Amino acid sequence: MDVGSRPPASLPPRLLSSIKAERDVSAMSSGMKMLLLGVTLLLLRAAGADLSGSAAPHPGPVLSSPSAPPLGPPPGAPGVALSRSAVEEEQEAEEHHGGGYRVVQWEWSYVQTPYIIAIWLLVASVAKILFHFSQRFTTVVPESCMLILLGLVLGGIVLIASKKQLYQLDPSLFFLFLLPTIVGDAGYFMPARLFFDNLGSILTYAVVGTLWNAFCTGFSLYAAKLLGVIDERVQAELMDFLLFGALISAVDPVAVLAVFEEVHVNEMLFIIVFGESLVNDAVTVVLYKVYISFVEVGPGNVQTADYFKGVASFLIVSIGGTLVGLVFAVILGFITRFTKKVRIIEPLFVFLMVYLAYLTAELFSLSAILSMTFCGIGANKYVEANISQKSRTTVKYTMKTLASIAETIIFIFLGISAVDKSKWAWDTGLVSCTLVFIFVFRAVGVVGQTWVLNRFRLVPLDKIDQVVMSYGGLRGAVAFALVVLLDGEQVKAKDYFVATTIVVVFFTVMFQGLTIKPLVKWLKVPRSTNRKPTINEEIHERAFDHILTAVEDIAGLQGYHHWRDKWEQFDKNYLSKLLLRKSVYRKSELWEAYQKINIRDAISVIDQGGNVLTSARLSLPSMASRASFPEVTNVTNYLRENGSGVCLDLQVIDNVPGSKVEEDMETHHVLAGNLYKPRKRYQSHYSRHFMPLGEKERQDREVFQRNMRSRMETFKSTRHKRHKKERSLKKVNMLRDPHRWNDPVVVPVEPEEDKADHSDPEKEEDVGITFVARKAETPKQRPKSVPAALDVCQSPPPHTPSPPAADSHLPWKGSVGAPPPCVSVEATKIIPVDLQQAWNQSISSLESISSPPAPAEPVHPRVSALSRLGGPRPLSYTGPTAGGSPSAGPPLPQASFSFPERKKKQQVEEEEEEEEPGASQEMQPLMSPLRLPGSPPPAPPPAPPPGSGRRRNPCVYLRSLVTTPPGGSSEPHSHRPTQL
Amino acid sequence: MFLISVSAAHLLRLYERFQFLDKDNRGHLRPEDFEAVLELSENPIGDRIVEAFFKPGQETVDFPSFVRVLAHFRPTEKNRNRDKGQPDPANSRTRKLKFAFRLYDRDRDGKISRAELLQVLREMLGMQVTEEQLQSIAERAIQEADLDKDGAISFDEFRKVGPLELGSAFILLTVRHLNDEVSSLSYWRSG
Repeated sequence: MDVGSRPPASLPPRLLSSIKAERDVSAMSSGMKMLLLGVTLLLLRAAGADLSGSAAPHPGPVLSSPSAPPLGPPPGAPGVALSRSAVEEEQEAEEHHGGGYRVVQWEWSYVQTPYIIAIWLLVASVAKILFHFSQRFTTVVPESCMLILLGLVLGGIVLIASKKQLYQLDPSLFFLFLLPTIVGDAGYFMPARLFFDNLGSILTYAVVGTLWNAFCTGFSLYAAKLLGVIDERVQAELMDFLLFGALISAVDPVAVLAVFEEVHVNEMLFIIVFGESLVNDAVTVVLYKVYISFVEVGPGNVQTADYFKGVASFLIVSIGGTLVGLVFAVILGFITRFTKKVRIIEPLFVFLMVYLAYLTAELFSLSAILSMTFCGIGANKYVEANISQKSRTTVKYTMKTLASIAETIIFIFLGISAVDKSKWAWDTGLVSCTLVFIFVFRAVGVVGQTWVLNRFRLVPLDKIDQVVMSYGGLRGAVAFALVVLLDGEQVKAKDYFVATTIVVVFFTVMFQGLTIKPLVKWLKVPRSTNRKPTINEEIHERAFDHILTAVEDIAGLQGYHHWRDKWEQFDKNYLSKLLLRKSVYRKSELWEAYQKINIRDAISVIDQGGNVLTSARLSLPSMASRASFPEVTNVTNYLRENGSGVCLDLQVIDNVPGSKVEEDMETHHVLAGNLYKPRKRYQSHYSRHFMPLGEKERQDREVFQRNMRSRMETFKSTRHKRHKKERSLKKVNMLRDPHRWNDPVVVPVEPEEDKADHSDPEKEEDVGITFVARKAETPKQRPKSVPAALDVCQSPPPHTPSPPAADSHLPWKGSVGAPPPCVSVEATKIIPVDLQQAWNQSISSLESISSPPAPAEPVHPRVSALSRLGGPRPLSYTGPTAGGSPSAGPPLPQASFSFPERKKKQQVEEEEEEEEPGASQEMQPLMSPLRLPGSPPPAPPPAPPPGSGRRRNPCVYLRSLVTTPPGGSSEPHSHRPTQL
Repeated sequence: MFLISVSAAHLLRLYERFQFLDKDNRGHLRPEDFEAVLELSENPIGDRIVEAFFKPGQETVDFPSFVRVLAHFRPTEKNRNRDKGQPDPANSRTRKLKFAFRLYDRDRDGKISRAELLQVLREMLGMQVTEEQLQSIAERAIQEADLDKDGAISFDEFRKVGPLELGSAFILLTVRHLNDEVSSLSYWRSG
């Protein structure tokens, strides 16, 4: 078999196909093995070609391992030989059967490029998984170290296999694709306040520090060369060393991020080091370019004017880059203002504009990193406010994913590149000198600058901070990419520089990255705390800002706060108006923060299964978020209302305003609590443009909520009962009369809802509230008072968009103006039969029990649990329903207002008692006895409620509900007290 | 000695400012005089801060008191040797926070009540949020901070739950440029 006769690259793809023709089994198996190996090799080779040569764009399909043909057959390369032989066999097989139509085609060259990229991503990702298998290991060894090691191993394998390193970190690939993803992520999620608070220090370190490092390293290396420490073979002049110093001196954002994110130093320290690494890009770019041009013209021809040009260039590159970024930030903010109808591509705008900011800056050879960073910082506020919650999540995760994978690839390729012996030349003198100089000058620079800065900084950087900053001056892929970009013709010592850079990068990333964690521990550097923000902080922070601004104004100083205040005024008056949606513009940041905190609480509650509920947190009144997560805030509400044992005062029952209403409530609660909406087996609707809250999803969520609720049942906290809460709780609880529903058969539970049944035992354990009250009414009253429509629909009477205050305990009234959210609207349409049945059964069961006020019977535990389940139900099922409207991407806002409404109404009741109409006055006696301290007394013995005159009149009451003028029905969001 | 010589100039600057505000050369400032600071009118809680310059019951503030109030905002020196027995300097962390606390606590009963907090919030947030939202924010804030469950925030609670946790209380209540100006206050007063 003539191995070398036909290099595989010259084969048209068709020749590679038709393995199927292989008959001989043994030949087949061996052939397959070899083929696999060959394919692997091809993959690698083509990838290498792709990566190293991607400066010129490849026409995809044409590219079939272009590096192979000129290489020819490397004699004695086993891997390649194998692959060749495999190919040969295929060819033979091919020839046996001749041409004709082939059923399966082997179109490798067609898919090659994307395939290789995908494979690389896969390898990198799998590598990440593997690293994180061992928790202990990863806490000690930074991921970046492991990735570099993996890269070394992979590179070694390739080198052994092909005798030639095919890949390295290609500069254009790095600068055009890998770096932007990381910088974009970093810029977009940069804590802006922290960044600008420390901007002075960051700029100093980035500009002065980098210049200092570059010059000192360059000159010192030159001095070392003159002294003969560096070998004669390194043919480099002063300019070469300065150039090298420039590219090696910049702290690398990728490396800093990778290492510092695992170290968790305090925020201020992190932002200074990381901010420096981002901002110094401008310095690096300019220095690099200036020196390159100097090297090209030759040091002798450099005129004085050129130095000034260099300075001017620096200003243009940095300021221009920043401006480009800000311009794109404004455009991005403006675009996202109008994406309401195209929510699904909202995130795309973010990526595109941020990336375009980078590319545009590159286009004008400005500082692309600066541009991207400022685009991210600038746009973040407006974009986050404009786009939907889902888009926010998408942006966040996509950015993190991309950044993470880019980082992984960078480190792996750094490792792989290092194996390439042909690219670099070793000189111990140069390497060791560089290492020492870099470290020393970094330390000296940091200490010197800090000494100056500390005279201005409010929070001085102490010695420990300085140590960490010096030690954290990591070099990384940027330096490597820059050194690879050098022209070997112009810079004679390029190979030496490459080797030195690799060593420096490896040393800083691996050695320093490995040791910085113990160092930080040993020095007791204040770590970042994972403290949750509190609303107090948010409030006080704002107040303090105002205070400081006022003080500066009074003292006649135009300091930082003065200007920040000016900026905020400007932002508020002009920018926000321009860049924010009208609906968002009105929202207060503090309010947003408040909602976020509430959501976070609720999430943590869920995450921890309700165990860690320090009652203080839980009892917080969370008005559900307007924006989203109804199902989450729900839980808080739910807990809030159910978190305590229940004391039932029989007096209370006495004063229940209308039995009809209660009954409706009861019916409603039981049904809503136990009926799932019918399940659709498949989803019929597909749209590329919307992501409707799928039927399935909604149902899953419903089931989840039920389960959640039943779990929460078991959690009880009696510590933090607050008067209002208690009141609302009791008000609701007392209105539930489980007795009427003591026939569980009434509830038709859909058979497939297994989960509901599973949760039943839990419920039964928790029979804390047992209360039974008898209605004096006769069953006949019901048909009278309930409108006929209710015979079909179990729902609350479809009336009263704006009920009187007394009515506020009705859950479906909580969301004013919204259609009764629960079973009524939707479910009845879908399963009228079930509901009808339920209704009939309930009527009949009622008739059987409740003629006269009877002594209490023990309540069926399940029923009592069920009825409690149906309880306050702040939002739980309004979420699904709200989401059920076909176009609803984000849940409708009014879903969240049931509770605050109620709460506020109570407040109003307190304050404006005299204004209350008769209906609400009925409630008053009801509330006063409820201001008990919150220990849960044992369930009181149920007693027949004395029939009161009021209660005999449910119809009247109900009518009053119906006829109440619908105050603010058109305006679901603003529940002003006057509406009541 | 160094301190005095440096800060004399700064103090002079503050005194010029004082004189600028004191248009009638009465030697003291009245609340109206602060209206000359235009930016204050845009400051949502500017009134409170102006108020803080005046001792309860007094209508005027003279220059020493003026500087004394501003002294709250100068940076805390880290290496200040702690003289025993001396009261906290005005720029100590506690005093800073106390100053802020008093801005909330308008009735000076040592507690930020719900109503007081609500009032501050209302001033700061203005029209942006509804009254109801304000209430729930205030409610939550009090619940977070209220350790002894008396429905109000005492100074201790304020200190624990509030801004100290920010970790940067130094920054928060420090004005950079007041650095040297006011640091000589004690010398100035004694001498």
